Amino acid sequence: MPADVQQSAVPPLIVSGVSKIYANRGRREKAVVAVDDVSFTLEPGAAVGLVGASGSGKSTLAKMVTASERPTSGSIRFGDIAVERLRAGSKRQFHLRVQMVFQDPYGALNPLHTVEYTIVRPCENFLRMSPRAARSRAHELLETVGLTPAAQYAAKLPHQLSGGQRQRVVIARALACNPELIVADEPVSMLDVSLRAGVLKLLTGLRQERGLSLLYITHDLLSARVVTDEIIVLNKGKIVEQGPTKQVLQHPKDSYTVQLLDAVATPLASTPANAEPQAR
Amino acid sequence: MALLEARGVNVAYTPARGVRIWSVRDVDVTLEQGEFVGLVGESGCGKTTLGFALTRMLRPPAHLESGTISFDGVDISTLDGEELRRQRRNGFALVLQSGMNALNPVRTVEHHFGDIFNAHAREGEKYLGAAGRTRGAELLDMVRLDAEVLSRYPHELSGGMRQRVAIALALALEPRFIVFDEPTTALDVIVQGAIMQTIKDLQHDKGFTAVIISHDLGVVLEATSRVMVMYAGRIIEDQPSTDLARGAHHPYTEALLNCYADPRADEVRIEGIPGNPPDLSLAMAGCPYEPRCPLAVEICKETDPPLAPLGRGRAACHVRAPAARAVAAEAPGAR
Repeated sequence: MPADVQQSAVPPLIVSGVSKIYANRGRREKAVVAVDDVSFTLEPGAAVGLVGASGSGKSTLAKMVTASERPTSGSIRFGDIAVERLRAGSKRQFHLRVQMVFQDPYGALNPLHTVEYTIVRPCENFLRMSPRAARSRAHELLETVGLTPAAQYAAKLPHQLSGGQRQRVVIARALACNPELIVADEPVSMLDVSLRAGVLKLLTGLRQERGLSLLYITHDLLSARVVTDEIIVLNKGKIVEQGPTKQVLQHPKDSYTVQLLDAVATPLASTPANAEPQAR
Repeated sequence: MALLEARGVNVAYTPARGVRIWSVRDVDVTLEQGEFVGLVGESGCGKTTLGFALTRMLRPPAHLESGTISFDGVDISTLDGEELRRQRRNGFALVLQSGMNALNPVRTVEHHFGDIFNAHAREGEKYLGAAGRTRGAELLDMVRLDAEVLSRYPHELSGGMRQRVAIALALALEPRFIVFDEPTTALDVIVQGAIMQTIKDLQHDKGFTAVIISHDLGVVLEATSRVMVMYAGRIIEDQPSTDLARGAHHPYTEALLNCYADPRADEVRIEGIPGNPPDLSLAMAGCPYEPRCPLAVEICKETDPPLAPLGRGRAACHVRAPAARAVAAEAPGAR
């Protein structure tokens, strides 16, 4: 194996033929097919967007990729790890390499713990660092995500931070154990529009600097355009469209993609439809 | 005569201990009959507080410290108890953020309608029993829901459906003025678009006056005829939506617009707004946006610009609305 390949040892994520069926539990409702035969590959260092409306199966797919749900059928490979077969004990090693950023920065942080404690925990847990080393790493990470001066933020409790700052703490925590893949589930949808650009820039920058792969889940095509190189459009659990982000958005083939595009608010678009409120 | 006229509205949160926070400062709002107006700003700018003040929904520790709010010629700012209730019956309603939390989880949708009819019905028009159900079904139909939803509990409905129920409840007494507080924020884009369309259609058909509160200028601009932008408790720009879509006067509104782009464009760049809004518990000298403003000049540090006429609307900016500078010079005591 050539030296340069060994240097960036991030493996690809290969999802093949994955389905997830939530069975009916003796109720009158039918079984729900949340994800239906989905296959894709996330190359090392790439950023792929999973796009779709509520109920399209994108979050279920994210849960399966991060081993919090088990697929009904199909396989998920991350390097030599068979993700769908992981048992509780071996998940630990897996989560050292794959981390998640959640949608709700208000719910993802324990309100009783300081920012520093939140970031120190994974350093001690996963990397077996001494408390002192973990502390200095936590401060480094805060600087990385743009919460400077770190000492000032380290002592704060979540309620003392704005939504954007909280999401940066969640990202710092995800970075703590040097993951190779970050799965971000709607990381900006709960943030003010004015704060989104900052968090998106941070994710893009981290990916470029650290060479990590990013699976970015969203219903917002604008943020997908900014962050990802490739997108996969999901509708009712099935892939309806897939390709380079710019190409898919400029020349959408599936009607569902067009529907998603039409729903994006573009106040400055110079179309006449925008100048006069259209009567539909 | 305007339907609603608020003058010099100041709202403060006074906690049991700690500092007072002036959440709405010297705000004037005029709403003409049948207008559909957006109220936009970042989290914590006071937009929800202002919406609550206009509908007299403020609860301690928030309090309307000064100002008058005249609704249909009656000053509602000092009304209490039965009189306020009568005025409310006479015409204004509020749709709360996230319909999921606005509904009682152990009551059916029908029960929610029943509560309103019982509480506010006038002599001889009680919608009870079958009449109540018919009226409920009618209201649900207006928000494109099936009558069958009446017998459902909130947990049986999706987020979008619950939001529609919340809107139907607000329509129950045929209000003339409705405040929608972030009606689509917790919903995905497609549902969001559908709900905005429903609100737009209803407003068009019923002709009520509406204020829609949102942090999402893009969504608001597409639906409304006029947009008021709030920053640090003040309205800093107020323009017709079509004008704003071509470009803002105030640098803050401009920065908000730069957070949007067309994902289909060849080059996509979105800019955030660096820095944070000011701490409203601290006294401020000068323009509250000055620390984040790329255009700031000396005077911005010294006096807070008043809202002055600019274009077809108003803006509060020393640089972009020179009239504001003149007014500020005349009245140095202005906050």
